[in-house]
Amino acid sequence: MAKHPFHDVAIVGIANSEQARVLEGHDSTTITFQAVHRVLADTGLTPQDIDGVAAGPFSGPLTYYMRNGPAWRSHMAPSIPIILDAASAIATGQCHTVLVAHGSAGIYTERASTAPWTRPANEFVVAYGMFTAAEFALIAQRHMHMHGTTHEQLATVAATIRNNGHAHPEAVYHGRGPFTPDDILASRMVSDPFHLLDCAMTSEGACALILTTRERAQDLPNKPVYILGGACDSFGPSYQHPPAWDLAGPSGRNNGYTGRWAAQKSFAMGELGPTDVDVCEFYDPFSFEIIRQFEAYGFCEEGEGGDFIMDGRIGPGGQFPVTTDGGTMSFSHGGAAVQQLQRVIRGVEQLRGTCVTSQVPDAQVAMCSNGGAGALFTDVMLLGTETP
Amino acid sequence: MSEILQPQSPGIPLPVPTIYSQPYWDGCQVGELRFQRCQDCGAITMDPAPACSACFSENLEWEVSTGLGEVYSWTTVWRPQTPAFTVPYVAVIVTLDEGFWLLANLVNCPVDAVYVGMRVQTTFVELSEEITLPYFEPVD
Repeated sequence: MAKHPFHDVAIVGIANSEQARVLEGHDSTTITFQAVHRVLADTGLTPQDIDGVAAGPFSGPLTYYMRNGPAWRSHMAPSIPIILDAASAIATGQCHTVLVAHGSAGIYTERASTAPWTRPANEFVVAYGMFTAAEFALIAQRHMHMHGTTHEQLATVAATIRNNGHAHPEAVYHGRGPFTPDDILASRMVSDPFHLLDCAMTSEGACALILTTRERAQDLPNKPVYILGGACDSFGPSYQHPPAWDLAGPSGRNNGYTGRWAAQKSFAMGELGPTDVDVCEFYDPFSFEIIRQFEAYGFCEEGEGGDFIMDGRIGPGGQFPVTTDGGTMSFSHGGAAVQQLQRVIRGVEQLRGTCVTSQVPDAQVAMCSNGGAGALFTDVMLLGTETP
Repeated sequence: MSEILQPQSPGIPLPVPTIYSQPYWDGCQVGELRFQRCQDCGAITMDPAPACSACFSENLEWEVSTGLGEVYSWTTVWRPQTPAFTVPYVAVIVTLDEGFWLLANLVNCPVDAVYVGMRVQTTFVELSEEITLPYFEPVD
C-alpha cells in the first residue's frame, strides 16, 4: 500500500493571541507577533528551528524579523490551504519545520459600514448593496425554498455554537449567554433569513501553528496531531458574481455543495467516512452553513440537514458536536482568514484533549472546514491522533 | 400597507466597466439587457466574460434579453452595506427566460411580497452619466 502523503508530517504547536472586539494598542503585525511568541512557547522551539514560514503576504516580513532565512515560504491564503501547503512542503523535503501565522487588528474601523473584507468591489454586485450576510442569505433562502428548512433550525445551530462560546473563557463573547433558539429569532433581522445572532461577529486577533516532521515531533512536548486528509473546492472568486446554489459547469457539480468533493478526497486520503468523525470543527460564518455542510460532506442526505442538526445531535455530548469553541459567532472573527485557521487550532486542541471547555471525550478524528457556498469555496481538513 | 421598495439614490458605489463588459453597460443606457451567446456552441455566458463559460470559445456575440424572468433566490437587507444604501432593500438572483442569472435589486414592490418564482421584468434607473443600472420589478 502506498504511504499516506502526510505520513511524515505532524502538527506540534498551536496558539491563539488574545482576541477582542477591538485590541487597543495593536496592529496586525504586533498581534501576529504575540501569537508567534505563544506558539514558540507551546513547542519550546526558537526562530532558528523554523525553516519555513507560511503567513500569506506576511511570510517575507516574518522571515526578515526572525532572521531565519534562507527559509521556505508560502503566499497561499492563510487558512486551510496554507496548512496543506506547509504539510506538502515538509512531506516533499523542501523544509522540516513550518511556522503558520496570521493576525488582523486595526483594519475594521468604519463601523457604520459592514467589514471591508466582506464587500469587495465588483461591477456586477457593487451597486446592489451586497456583503457577506446577503451573499450567504441567497444560498440559505434557496435551500429553504427547495427543502423547507426553517428559521428555527437555523436558530438551533446558532444557539448551539453561541453556547459553546458562552462557556469558553477565552471567547470574545464569553458569558454572553446562554442562548435558546428563541433568543436567536428575537434578535433583529440583518438579511433574511439571518437574524443578527445567526451571523458571525467581527473582532481582532491572531493565531499560529507549527508543523514539523513526524520524527522531530517525537522530541517535542505536545502530543502530535496528524493530517489524515485535506482538499479544497472553489467555484470562483468570493462576492463578485451571483452566489447561486446551482452554479455549475458541465460536470454538474454545484456550488450549493461546495466542499463535497474536497470532503470525498479527504475521506479517501484517510480511508475514513463521516461516521468516523468525533468532532466537527466546521466553519460557521452563518448558521445555515452548518446545515449545508452536513449535507455536502455526506453526513446526511440532501435536504435533510435541517432535521439532522435537531435533537441535540450537534451539541455537547451529541453524536457530532460542532464548532466547540464558539467559532466565528462567539469565539472570534479576526478578519478575512484568522478565524479560518482557528478551526484547525480547535481541532488540534480537541485531539490533544486539552480543551478547557466542550472537550469531546477521547476524540480521535476531527473534521475542520473553511469558507462556504456564499463565498463560492469550501476547504476541508481531517485531523487524527494516529499516524496515517 | 407595507413599504414599496425604491431604487437607490445617487451616491452608492457604481460599477467600473471593463473592456469586455462595456457593451453590457452601454445596453443598459438604451434600455436593453444584453448578454453574450457563443456562436460555436450556443451557450449563454453571464456575467460578461472574454470567453464562453461552456466551451471557452472566444466567438461570442451580444444579444438582447426580453428582460423577463423569475426570482431564483432573494434576501431582504435591513443592515446596509454602507450608509450610502437606504434600507430595506431586496437583493434577488433572477433567472431570465433565456436561462441566465442576474443579481440585482427588486423595486416597485411591497417589501414583504417577494418569493421564489415571482415573475419579474427589468427596469432601468440612471445613476450617473456613465451608469444606468438594471433593477427588477414585478410583472403586472
